[in-house]
Amino acid sequence: MLSGRSFRCTYAVFGLLIVALLLTPPSAVGQGGEPRSFAIRGAKVVPVSGPPMESANVILSHGIITAVGKDAPLPPEAWVVEGKGLTVYPGLVDAFTDVGIPPAPPAGGEGQGPRRATEPARGPEDRPSSTPWRSGADEVSLTDRRIETWRSAGFTTVVSAPKGGFFPGQAAVLDLDGERAGELVVKSPVAIPVSLQVGDRFGSGFPSSLMGVLAYVHQVWLDTDWSTKAQAIYEKNPRGVERPRYDRTVAALADALEDHALVLIPGNNSIQLRRALELVDRWHVTGVLYGGQMAYEVAPEIAAKKIPVLVSLKWPEAEKDADPEDQPSLRTLRFRDLAPSSPAALSKAGVKFAFYSSGIAAPKDILKAAKKAIDAGLGPDEALRALTLSSAEIFNVADRLGSIESGKIANLVIADGDLFEEKTKIKMVFVDGRRYEIREPEKPKEPPKGDITGKWKLSYTTPEGAEESVAELTMEKDGTLSGTISGKRGTTSVISGYLSVDKFSFTINLVLDQGATDITFSGTFDGISLKGSIAVLGLSLDFTGVKPTKDSSAAATVLGGAQ
Amino acid sequence: VKISFTYFLRSQRRRIVCLTYLLGICYLPCAVAANPPDAPRVILIQNATILTVSHGTIEHGSILIKDGKIAEVGSSVKAPKDAQIIDAAGQFVIPGIIDCHSHIAVDGSVNEGSVSVSSMANIAEVLNPDDPDIYRDLAGGVTSANVLHGSANAIGGQTVVIKLRWGQPASRLPFEGALPGIKFALGENPKRSNFRIQSQPQRYPATRMGVEETIRAAFTEARDYKKAWDEHNKRVAAGQKNLIPPRHDLRLEPLVEVLEGKRYVHSHCYREDEILMLLRVAKEFGFKVRTFQHVLEGYKVADEIAAAGAGASTFSDWWAYKVEAYDAIPYNAALMTRHGVVVSINSDDSEEATHLNQEAAKSMKFGGLSHEEALKLVTLNPAMQLGIDKRVGTIDVGKDADLTIYNHDPLSAYAVVQKTLIDGRVYFDRQHDIAERADREKEKKALIDKQKKAAEKKAEEKKPEARKPDATVTIGQKPAEKKSQEKKPEEKKPEEKPKPPSGAVTQDSKVTTLQLSVSGGAL
Repeated sequence: MLSGRSFRCTYAVFGLLIVALLLTPPSAVGQGGEPRSFAIRGAKVVPVSGPPMESANVILSHGIITAVGKDAPLPPEAWVVEGKGLTVYPGLVDAFTDVGIPPAPPAGGEGQGPRRATEPARGPEDRPSSTPWRSGADEVSLTDRRIETWRSAGFTTVVSAPKGGFFPGQAAVLDLDGERAGELVVKSPVAIPVSLQVGDRFGSGFPSSLMGVLAYVHQVWLDTDWSTKAQAIYEKNPRGVERPRYDRTVAALADALEDHALVLIPGNNSIQLRRALELVDRWHVTGVLYGGQMAYEVAPEIAAKKIPVLVSLKWPEAEKDADPEDQPSLRTLRFRDLAPSSPAALSKAGVKFAFYSSGIAAPKDILKAAKKAIDAGLGPDEALRALTLSSAEIFNVADRLGSIESGKIANLVIADGDLFEEKTKIKMVFVDGRRYEIREPEKPKEPPKGDITGKWKLSYTTPEGAEESVAELTMEKDGTLSGTISGKRGTTSVISGYLSVDKFSFTINLVLDQGATDITFSGTFDGISLKGSIAVLGLSLDFTGVKPTKDSSAAATVLGGAQ
Repeated sequence: VKISFTYFLRSQRRRIVCLTYLLGICYLPCAVAANPPDAPRVILIQNATILTVSHGTIEHGSILIKDGKIAEVGSSVKAPKDAQIIDAAGQFVIPGIIDCHSHIAVDGSVNEGSVSVSSMANIAEVLNPDDPDIYRDLAGGVTSANVLHGSANAIGGQTVVIKLRWGQPASRLPFEGALPGIKFALGENPKRSNFRIQSQPQRYPATRMGVEETIRAAFTEARDYKKAWDEHNKRVAAGQKNLIPPRHDLRLEPLVEVLEGKRYVHSHCYREDEILMLLRVAKEFGFKVRTFQHVLEGYKVADEIAAAGAGASTFSDWWAYKVEAYDAIPYNAALMTRHGVVVSINSDDSEEATHLNQEAAKSMKFGGLSHEEALKLVTLNPAMQLGIDKRVGTIDVGKDADLTIYNHDPLSAYAVVQKTLIDGRVYFDRQHDIAERADREKEKKALIDKQKKAAEKKAEEKKPEARKPDATVTIGQKPAEKKSQEKKPEEKKPEEKPKPPSGAVTQDSKVTTLQLSVSGGAL
């Protein structure tokens, strides 16, 4: 995504740029001025692979860390970042997610599929809900806004896989930087995630129970093994032998296994974790468990098998709209209480583990969740390792990322203090040696005058013609805005916004033809209506907003027709 | 059963629960799998009335347990010095109750109901040792249970016999050495012509004829599959190389085990005609039916069942809850027993399992079974049906110390379980349980309060707060060498709104950021 590369320059150049922009589609803008060489000077450096260094330099060149140390010389061509008061960490790694991979398009036929297209799956041979050929690497899309939000929270790297089904696809290691989707890929495939969730398969036939899913997955691994062997024997002497049939599911799995892909097996509570340990043996694969939140009960057993664990940071808690009369069991209560102590238990038992975001929607909550593990007994250095080097080690990419070492990919997070302190702010992120400054959501400077909360009908004219959309805004006491905007281009949430005295501004992000695009509405609120301009892709469009009940025929005017 | 019988039971549950409370067998709402109880190596249960089931009743008797096995039984057993004493004065000891038809301790659905032959699914892989029903059933004196797949399909999933070792991991639940089973189902549940499962499409079979054909087709496939493997193995043994082996088929392998006598068939059934049908199919393919489950019309074909060597596991007095149960009578168990069938009374339900002793007692009223014969219905007979009678089912030297201690005669309505032992460990102790309830409630309340507070704190944090000034990052060129042409980036001050460029469209800071962002690397 281009938008993250915010960069300051003089206004004169800026003015020119706007002209240039209006003439050139943004996606065609080539790469220029950003230096390829940086020197972070005199910062506290936490390499993770070694002890922290006070007042050290980190030198980056062409995407690689070229030197680290107190006396590392600053190359003449390097742009210097003053590191005083700042701490430099390796870029954080989210060890299992689908960031960067938009939800699957309705797939055309899964697995082998049923014998007749309309039939529900009648057994394992129909390969229900299986798409192991989907490659996370090939499905990366820069339109995924989370690439930026994750990066802004310090995550330079994710292990991402498509979602959905028992064999959703193949995971790839992605760096959250690139002009084109493919450039994000660091390594692929690194893992085959397996899901045992029956989910909402109502009416879709086999399997419809956990034991059915297990039987299915067993059969797929057996078939994968058989198919590889049978094909090899057949190739030697096909004459007079019935040919082994091609099967997309097992062919994809066999290929991935040949590429040394790990198999990710779910296990969150102690029953699932113990079962997952048995599955690793039964399937004869190099297994990694994911979930791990009840590891406080089974850590020594996991350690005995020497199997790594990806720990979900989405700690269990009461459902928000739970029936207050419905008392959870003591076992559930204990689980909620003790889950964050699992990382400490794994660490004590000597299990290699890494953190992943699981269902956490706001990436800033990931570090908060990791802090909970620290509060429950995990050493802060171990927590940091679980967010950096351990992930890299588990996915066999520690030779290129995960720590601040000379020769590794220049993925760094620069913060103004300890990463796990709540007041700490991430100031800058380097991904593949490219610098990203962190945008802070805007806050109002002055208290608001009036209340902008409510439903607004917004009218404006784009180069494509007159349009309307509906904004539902909610204002906090201090003027901070949140809410949604819906129109013919979709519904999206307000990223940030405020009302300061009578001046408002709110920003949304929409996927337009040019990719994910910020759109900012700003102007004046007179207590009854909104009036201002929309800034989008270098255009400025006038708009008016009224409460939907009123007549909104007042036509909007076109100002910024760029085309 | 689960499909219809459980529905029926649910409607009856209110009545049953009230009855249960009256009898003093309480539900334990906050039961938690504690660590397995410590097992002293040697235990002596003394002063008890011992109902051995195999060799009569011993008054004021003692049972010596060593390393989980019964070492001595009699009226004059001497306590070794290191023995832990359980004084059972005025109490009754019976062999632990065995439930030949249970659906407890299963993680997820008990039915893989999507297909008519779901033999690839295996209950043993989805045991849930945290299911509170294990504890509830222990509190009802049950020590072993035959955990079955549901009855949604003609050939259901693989089944497993467990011991109710509450607090132990799933891998410790299966009854060591017990032969695994497979669930079959005949009649309404697999054919589904009189009801529709919302979430599932209609599927074959829809008649009893179709159920028979489904079983025959599956065993025909299994026979071919076995043949293919046998031939392959023969050719490999003969030294042939580069042979493509047959593909492993997890659906057919359990059926081959049935053909080879390595897996028991437990078949859900109601009507006499379908019972005879399965016996004919089994004879044709050369396998045995180990037990008929429910078998409510079994009294009509008891001789045929006995001749086939099959067991019958039935209910005490449930009937008329669906058409195929109209001909059921409470004399079923007694009549089949009199005709030489090994009969057990099962629960098919976690609540029913808490009072199987009473269910067995009903056969004394209906059909006139003796005290011992009635007791056998829930101890020795199910053990025989499950092939575990060498290990459990009676109180005899050498057998597992799986024992239930009651305060009254277990076939009395006043009997309440005091202790349940498995492998010589006390897994349920009524006094203990009552004593611990207050502590559990206290812990529960403390955790609820703690979690409520945490949630409130979190909500608090979400509220806006005053902003503190940010530290700034300075970016600059290294001054010494290259000063000349390049633009010097300015300091980043997020809060400062830049002035609009001269003459350009109205800008506020957001717009500026956007424009700059889009420009990206254009500089």
